[in-house]
Amino acid sequence: MSRAAFARNAWLVLAVLAVLFSLQFVLPDYQVLMATRMMLLAVFALGFNALLGYVGLLSLGHALFFACGLYASGLTVYHFGWGLPAAFVFAVGASAVLALLIGAVALRTIRVSFMIVTLMFAQVGALTVLYFAAWTNGQEGLSLPASARVADLGVATLDLTDALTRYNIAYGLLAASLLILLVYLGSARGRIATAVRDNEGRTEMLGFNVFAAKLEMFVLSGAMSGAAGAAYGLLFGYLGATFASFQYSIEPLLFTLLGGAGTLLGPLVGVLFMVGLIDKLSELTTAYLLVIGVVLIVLILWFPKGILGTVRERWLPWLM
Amino acid sequence: MADVTPLLVATGLKRHFGGLRAVDGVDFSLPAGEIRAIIGPNGAGKTTFVSLLSGRLEPSEGRVTFAGEDVTRLPAYRRVQRGIAYTFQITNIYLTKSVADNVRVAVESRARRERGVEFEAATLEALQAVGLEDRAETPAGELAYGHQRLLEVAMGLALRPKLLILDEPTQGLSDAEIRAFIALVRRIAETATVLLIEHNMDVVMALADRITVLARGQVLAEGTPAEIRANSEVQAAYLGTPC
Repeated sequence: MSRAAFARNAWLVLAVLAVLFSLQFVLPDYQVLMATRMMLLAVFALGFNALLGYVGLLSLGHALFFACGLYASGLTVYHFGWGLPAAFVFAVGASAVLALLIGAVALRTIRVSFMIVTLMFAQVGALTVLYFAAWTNGQEGLSLPASARVADLGVATLDLTDALTRYNIAYGLLAASLLILLVYLGSARGRIATAVRDNEGRTEMLGFNVFAAKLEMFVLSGAMSGAAGAAYGLLFGYLGATFASFQYSIEPLLFTLLGGAGTLLGPLVGVLFMVGLIDKLSELTTAYLLVIGVVLIVLILWFPKGILGTVRERWLPWLM
Repeated sequence: MADVTPLLVATGLKRHFGGLRAVDGVDFSLPAGEIRAIIGPNGAGKTTFVSLLSGRLEPSEGRVTFAGEDVTRLPAYRRVQRGIAYTFQITNIYLTKSVADNVRVAVESRARRERGVEFEAATLEALQAVGLEDRAETPAGELAYGHQRLLEVAMGLALRPKLLILDEPTQGLSDAEIRAFIALVRRIAETATVLLIEHNMDVVMALADRITVLARGQVLAEGTPAEIRANSEVQAAYLGTPC
């Protein structure tokens, strides 16, 4: 990637972030809540896309990392009374460690086997949440107490019952995730990651430890997904076993495919379209999932590269 | 050349696939600075043998020593880091990346081991060595086949290897391209040892200092091109058989 192309991508990301920041001043209350959810799901999808889009590994078990972040932060707050910042940092760390352990095993497999192994780990995670119902309250889940809706940052306290506060925290997390990925992908490490994706055998025979490169991205991906889960649990104050279910492994895949796998902003675009569509359709019909299914089939048949992937192919070849 | 310390030594090297003895007890020694050709009929185990040297396959038995170090248990990427570069029999490049970006990946590999690698200069140098500097921004997948092979050699060169293994590099090239390729390998040999698997006897005879003949996984003969040409066993096993 040339410097000029990198600069264009950086400006594009900054422009998108500027628009997202200003939205909080114009959106009505309900939309602010929607946008907050979307941005957190986008962080989740960004983490997923880091793995699928840039090293070419399709995980069917990313709900595990989302749920790991969610429960690691939520349970320490609920049971041990931890402060929110500490719980969040702990959750991101826990997700990274979990990704390191699972990656070390799962990355010994490829393609379909990799998908199945990651899926199995995620099912273990989902069952673990139910098994320790004494801690997690199983399917019903836990609501964080009112005392846990205030984040004490030392210099300031944040009231998480306030919609705009939540919006800006989610926004900050999204901005950080996008910038981390932008810098990573623009660096030499990013070049090696895409080299592994494009041609694993060649990359190994150029003297790179392919396994280590994949594991590194797996950990980054797991940590990012965990951060999204942690923020989701803390901001909305609810921990439920649904977040560990297969549905939450599939959603980031759908968002990423719709927006464009291997494009930096694709997951965000995918979330906006998909969540927006579900929201509108569910007002009109109870069969909205059927419509979503049809939309996905149409996309995969005619736009297999997703929205931004198609844009890159036709008009903007410099898109990262 | 007898007193030169060998760069690469293989001792009792074996690789069996089930009942098939692809490489069956090969002793092999390659002095630094030489151009060595490996020839042999189809199925003689040539590609398996160099895969054992480069680390793409693990031997069933035997040892590989490179620059005085036992590398038998080292994975392929570590051997590359120590100076063994390998170009694939079937062209193996990053089709969607530009020609220059292909080479940059190789330069990056070197930059991780050595200090002070001038990234763009090293990239350009490797491209110039094979004459692809004008195509630097072309996507590699759009290159003609012969140019793709040259790009692969450029990636090997950008690693600055001690040993460059070329697996059937002239396969599918035109006569003019082959002539240019012979000149290129001679230039490469000024700074690196070259191990060449080749079917084209004209190329072998023009380039090789010495030739090792493999047949049924074993070394049938080894010697100068003149010796090999005169060897009746080799003629029977290989040169006499129409390809």
